Amino acid sequence: MTKFFQSWGMTYEAAWFAATISGILLIALPLMLSVAMVIYVDRKVWAAINLRRGPNVVGPFGLLQSFADGLKVFLQETIIPSAANKGIFLLAPIVTFTVALAAWAVIPFDAGVVLADINVGLLYILAISSLSVYGVVMSGWASNSKYPFFSAMRAAAQMISYEVSIGFILVCVVLWAGSFNLTEIVEAQRGHGFGIVNGYIFNLLLFPMWVMFFISCLAETQRVPFDLTEAESELVAGYQTEYSSMSFALFWLGEYANILLMCSLNTILFFGGWLPPLDIDLIPWFDIPGIVWFLGKTFFFFFLFSWVMATVPRYRYDQLMRLGWKVFLPISLIFIVVISGYLMATGHFSA
Amino acid sequence: MIQTIAFYLFASIVIGSGVLTIMARNPVHSVLWLILAFFNAAGLMVLVGAEFLAMLLVVVYVGAVAVLFLFVVMMLDIDFAELRAGFMQNFPLGIAVAIVLLAEILFGLGAISAGPIELGTADGSATPVLGQSNIENIGALLYTHYAFLFEIAGMILLVAMVGAIVLTHREQKAVRGHQNISKQNQRSPDEAIVMRQPSIGQGIDL
Repeated sequence: MTKFFQSWGMTYEAAWFAATISGILLIALPLMLSVAMVIYVDRKVWAAINLRRGPNVVGPFGLLQSFADGLKVFLQETIIPSAANKGIFLLAPIVTFTVALAAWAVIPFDAGVVLADINVGLLYILAISSLSVYGVVMSGWASNSKYPFFSAMRAAAQMISYEVSIGFILVCVVLWAGSFNLTEIVEAQRGHGFGIVNGYIFNLLLFPMWVMFFISCLAETQRVPFDLTEAESELVAGYQTEYSSMSFALFWLGEYANILLMCSLNTILFFGGWLPPLDIDLIPWFDIPGIVWFLGKTFFFFFLFSWVMATVPRYRYDQLMRLGWKVFLPISLIFIVVISGYLMATGHFSA
Repeated sequence: MIQTIAFYLFASIVIGSGVLTIMARNPVHSVLWLILAFFNAAGLMVLVGAEFLAMLLVVVYVGAVAVLFLFVVMMLDIDFAELRAGFMQNFPLGIAVAIVLLAEILFGLGAISAGPIELGTADGSATPVLGQSNIENIGALLYTHYAFLFEIAGMILLVAMVGAIVLTHREQKAVRGHQNISKQNQRSPDEAIVMRQPSIGQGIDL
């Protein structure tokens, strides 16, 4: 894109600047739009599973419901509790939102369609997603109220626990792909199974890793079976209890942007990113742009997320910790040994 | 140009937030400033091309260590008046440490002016391979040239970890409501449920 702006007669620096800014806008604005639509989808899916109608009043089929909600919170008053630590109280939603957006910088939507094609892309995602705990912890502490504080403590322990096993699962994928670069990881999945199917999901050693990754994603984004940070039967609304209007909406947007990020990570790491499912040209699906495949797969994972949310009851906190430390951590460690042993035995690294 | 601006931005924020870490009155604010300092130090590392170390700094320090710091500091019941009193009490000790550090810096500066240490000549065995990524370079060095030191560092960490667990682990006696999940999962309806149809007024023997 820098070249495009240079062709307008800009200097390299100015063109780089303009290209970066427009790249950021090109990712962030559609992301916000898709977050709004995805909230609508989420509510519709729960409604369908619960045999309800869901949002159906604002706009055709209720499609504009999220925008109406957005307008509502935008017009509300921002209430800051008098006992709150004001600076951190206001900073917390901003941190959540910014961090949720920042991770998208390295996500490849198609071959070469990525804002920052860096070598350490996967580590960057891990680093950024480890930051997202701060929004919750800061809001919980700054609210100076009991329930948000409980929620913050739960969130801190939960997210650290599941990050460990996510890290090990990512190592398994990296071992197979031989790179931390997300574009190269997707390319390494081309024709992975017998030269026919694209995606690590069809690999017998990596399939259990995907199952664990999916569950860890639910825990990392605090979605339903693991949403103990905002368990309404115990903690009112958890860390968001004291928030209102736009500061509340920022949490909401950040949370859904994080969920979409995890869905796209599932797509990139295990389901072949922008590649069609089969590597043979049966129907002309190589003519379908890669971004359509990518968004379609991501949407599929989002459907899985809301499906789980509508059907699974909440975990107890000690069971959550047990699952993270006593089940996922040992299994993922064993799989690292097994996978690297298999790769060494078959001479994967000699080439 | 961009790099220079970025460098001064990161560097000034590192120093500023470092100062604020020790100047902040509230310990939680201190930890948050410390996190900002870590984060911008990672930015500086990216600028010199050490992106792997930068990401590790964020993942390990910001993502894990500082969260635990914050976790502990948040739960402290802080009495500010007592903190101030402690400050005045420890002030002489702090001054002494500061004087020692200043003396060391002055000594070091004096030693430099006397001429550099003879370090020997580089044999080139540790030079990074051009055209390879950061991670590959570090891995190639760490697991060949420095494999022994690396393993030793790992063992020391393991010992520290085991030590921490031994110090804090308490054997739970008289576990109340202990849940054995695999045992629960192995229960089948056959052994848990008995269907009886007692005739009226008879009851059943359990």
